[in-house]
Amino acid sequence: MKFDTPAGSNPIDAMKVIGQAVDRVDGKLKTTGQAPYAYEHKDVPARPAYGYVIGAGIAKGRVTAMNTAEAKRMPGVLAVVSAENAQPLGKGSMNTAKLLGGPAVDHYHQALAVVVAESFEQARNAANAVRIEYERGNGRFDLAKAKPGAQPLTGSDADTHTGDFEGAFASAAVQLDQTYTTPDQNHAMMEPFATIAWWEDDALSVWTSNQMIAWNKKELAATFKLPPEKVHVRSPFIGGGFGGKLFLRADAVMAALGAKACGRPVKIAMPRPLMLNNATHRPATIQRIRIGTGKDGRITAIGHESWSGDLPGGGPESATQQTKLLYAGANRLTALRLAELDLPEANAMRAPGEAPGLMALEIAIDEVAEKLGMDPVRFRVLNDTQVDPEHPERPFSQRNLVRCLEDGAKRFGWERRQTRPGKMRDGRWLIGMGVAAAFRNNINMTSAARVRLSSDGVVTVETDMTDIGTGSYTIIAQTAAEMMGLPVEKVRVKLGDSSFPASAGSGGQWGANSSTSGVYAACVKLREAAAQRLGMDPATAEFADGEVRAGNRSAALADAAKSGEIVAEETMQWGDLGKKFQQSTFGAHFVEAAVDAYTGETRVRRMLAVCAAGRILNPKTARSQVIGAMTMGVGGALMEELAVDKRFGFFVNHDLAGYEVPVHADIPHQGVVFLDEADDKVSPMKAKGVGELGLCGVGAAVANAVYNATGVRVRDYPLTLDKHLAKLPAIA
Amino acid sequence: MKAFTYERARTPAAAAAAVAGHKGAKFIAGGTNLLDLMKLEIETPTHLVDVQDLGLDRIEETTEGGLRIGTLVSNTALAADKRVRRDYGVLTRAIVAGASGQLRNKATTGGNLLQRTRCPYFYDTNQACNKRKPGSGCAAIGGFSRQLGVVGTSEACIATHPSDMAVALRVLDAAVETVDAQGKTRSVPVGEFHRLPGDTPHLENVLQPGELITAVTLPKPPGGRHVYHKVRDRASYAFALVSVAAVLNEDGSGRVAFGGVAPRPWRVEAADAQLRNGAGAVTRTAFADARPTHENAFKVTLAERTLAAIIQENRA
Ligand SMILES: Cc1cc2nc3c(=O)[nH]c(=O)nc-3n(C[C@H](O)[C@H](O)[C@H](O)COP(=O)(O)OP(=O)(O)OC[C@H]3O[C@@H](n4cnc5c(N)ncnc54)[C@H](O)[C@@H]3O)c2cc1C
Ligand code: SF4
Repeated sequence: MKFDTPAGSNPIDAMKVIGQAVDRVDGKLKTTGQAPYAYEHKDVPARPAYGYVIGAGIAKGRVTAMNTAEAKRMPGVLAVVSAENAQPLGKGSMNTAKLLGGPAVDHYHQALAVVVAESFEQARNAANAVRIEYERGNGRFDLAKAKPGAQPLTGSDADTHTGDFEGAFASAAVQLDQTYTTPDQNHAMMEPFATIAWWEDDALSVWTSNQMIAWNKKELAATFKLPPEKVHVRSPFIGGGFGGKLFLRADAVMAALGAKACGRPVKIAMPRPLMLNNATHRPATIQRIRIGTGKDGRITAIGHESWSGDLPGGGPESATQQTKLLYAGANRLTALRLAELDLPEANAMRAPGEAPGLMALEIAIDEVAEKLGMDPVRFRVLNDTQVDPEHPERPFSQRNLVRCLEDGAKRFGWERRQTRPGKMRDGRWLIGMGVAAAFRNNINMTSAARVRLSSDGVVTVETDMTDIGTGSYTIIAQTAAEMMGLPVEKVRVKLGDSSFPASAGSGGQWGANSSTSGVYAACVKLREAAAQRLGMDPATAEFADGEVRAGNRSAALADAAKSGEIVAEETMQWGDLGKKFQQSTFGAHFVEAAVDAYTGETRVRRMLAVCAAGRILNPKTARSQVIGAMTMGVGGALMEELAVDKRFGFFVNHDLAGYEVPVHADIPHQGVVFLDEADDKVSPMKAKGVGELGLCGVGAAVANAVYNATGVRVRDYPLTLDKHLAKLPAIA
Repeated sequence: MKAFTYERARTPAAAAAAVAGHKGAKFIAGGTNLLDLMKLEIETPTHLVDVQDLGLDRIEETTEGGLRIGTLVSNTALAADKRVRRDYGVLTRAIVAGASGQLRNKATTGGNLLQRTRCPYFYDTNQACNKRKPGSGCAAIGGFSRQLGVVGTSEACIATHPSDMAVALRVLDAAVETVDAQGKTRSVPVGEFHRLPGDTPHLENVLQPGELITAVTLPKPPGGRHVYHKVRDRASYAFALVSVAAVLNEDGSGRVAFGGVAPRPWRVEAADAQLRNGAGAVTRTAFADARPTHENAFKVTLAERTLAAIIQENRA
């Protein structure tokens, strides 16, 4: 099915099941420990051996010697596999550095070997007995130093120019020219990378933890030089990914190598201290923002340049993305520059581009509003645009940013905010309020599903879509239930298996809308087939309450499968509505923060997000996405930073004791409001994503609240207390 | 983790003898620190002597009017003890500011005093570290040192002692009671228990091989207002950037010790005497010899401001 004209009314609009706060259908499995995660599967052909990965002890250089003799003699050891004795591997197209390094070392903790043994403890112990000698090379580890040599990009990351930015900025009545920095960040998902792999002849099977089954299958095939049909990937439950599990990673490659070497299934879970440098991260950025306005507060010039670094052959953090679309203004400029660094591989993390981009842009907007003496909510409203400002002929499919801001301001009690910073106090605490716009593009991805109607009236959905803790099982069940006129209990959902039709997968907040659209498409086919079997006109048949009705006839849906199961499979494809209309999601974040006037510690007191993201498929799971994202935003604002050792080229705080993310005590009451929307130009579901929107802008809202509390502007994330301590009011 | 043998000792002297008589042996109490370090092969004991059956899990009153806290008393039990909460509030407050409920249930008094530094380079066996591998150098100096020490450090090591409990014990003038393999006992003031790193950062305290901590004693209650203020990047479950333990009298006099800044709980008696002259006077004395790095110089300011908040509240 191709979606190329705006959706008319369709069965989803009934919203008997869709749009309802249905409990997670997999909730009980998870809360009772019965949902098996990658490392826990028992469905394997033989007792697995354990693999332990050895990561490089230097960031750049060569392995000159690897002595495995002692390790091989240790109790229980079955194999030691490294580049020296591994089969020659291909390289997938999606990861930058090789997943098995050696003798060349491309980054710290790059996997160099796997030790396989009968028990985990034996494997770990023997891994520590492998002696590796290195020759250190010269690496580039400092973004600020590499910045002058950073290069422009092409394609969707190419520079953009609209009007005469330089001229308009130079002559603007009010000007802002500031530089902001965001640090390297880690996904810090709860479940580590984990895989059980085994070979049956030349076919490879894995239980793994991965967000994108079809990509994973393709990349595994490329790495092991197999035809894709020889690879079976299963990932039915995933304990968080945040983009860290979009791609094939070393756990799966090393498990497959180990399994080949010892002729048995091998399981690997990456130890946390290895993960942070072994896998991908969100790269640091340096962002320069220039904004010029007239005296009336209208933006006349807006420019955003961003520098980030990655390994040779890698990509940039597209931090300028939102600036192309968020505010009006005739004269515009965006530029991305990419430097080569020898730090671990940079790649996507929740809301890549917009998350760090808005951390900078939305402070800049706050600063301009202050220069203008204008309320920051009003300044944003004034500069709203209903069209793509770089291509004014392209309207937004739906854009209710202004309502998010105004509605949020009312609910939050924004009028109580003091315009002059540092003026509100509660005992020892300095109190401030901050706002930021949330913005994230909607992306649609091809997505297929298979649906089966069996004679007991149960509909089973099969698609390789993943549920990374987001609620995919539930919204897919709701979609099929709505389409087939069934209660959710009559739908079974099977996910995360590469033998199922390829879905959108989970990433870029495209999963919910795209995968349910695929299920919609398959259900349209199933409805036709069921109606035909029942001798009814598919065009007029209605599916409700477990029945199919047409004219004055009605029959139980189950009856359609009496003579045998009905199977329908369909793929949702997307026409050019995304080109004709800019499809994006919007929101406004409001934060009240308290800063200890003595110690400079910041505590967030209240948070509110108002979101406009199309139809909300399930307000309960959507709210969970947004409050989780807001929590992540607080982490990004106040504490999260991979500390780079610029001499040795690695992230020093590479465990969850050193890389701090918020704990419960950091997070106050969080309010989430969804505007009642349905966007007919994005999909038959009329829905868009929310999973990343919830993060976008949170950091800046916190930063603006902290500024409003203290009067000290910090432009370097995270806003740890040392960055404003010396400038806080003097103490007695 | 390296393979090791394990035994459970029946008496304190037997435990001490078991460790003294076995090269590479160590005591294990709650295991919350030791096991983590063993997994990373930062600690590689060949033999573990478990001290949990020694009957050292009681809090008793001493004839001097203080308390004797058995080494096996859990951090949770110690913090919750009625007498401790009433008379030594700074100790309760310090303990509950540390780790998490689950960890405090397992962590013991002696183990807490002997927990090792949280310097990230100490934890990464690819990096040079004089504490982990004497003579290998110190990767933290000139590296990521934001968390590390500002005073009492050396050219060889700038790590901090991470305990919260120990900072309160220091301000309370507690003492550590021990027994050795010969059954000889002694009592060491907490202030003399941890060694400064000098050229030998791997030697962290005055215990002799096999010497077992049996108890920590508190002198009779000091009175005054007890405060523990721990400052960190998140609200809970993190080690201190700076912490301040204080016992303040109504007239503004008192005592104060600092955590998160030095290789041992940091107290300078001469600085106590400055308390009535304000926080700046105290910290100028306490940190007179500070040699912070570029990344952690803020800790000196933070110590002053944190103490100022405590003094201000005491006045109010
Ligand atoms: C995630 C995490 C967070 C933490 N956060 C904090 C925090 O915020 N603040 C804080 O203060 N602490 C914190 N801790 C540390 C915690 O307090 C210590 O791990 C704990 O107190 C150690 O006690 P234990 O009994 O488990 O010691 P063990 O691990 O059993 O032993 C530690 C050391 O003491 C030795 N030992 C134990 N008992 C004796 C004895 N009787 N005589 C001689 N030697 C002995 C052992 O040989 C070993 O070398 C944290 C720990 C973890 C894991
Ligand atoms: S500061 Fe001390 S513990 Fe840290 S690396 Fe240096 S020697 Fe090791």
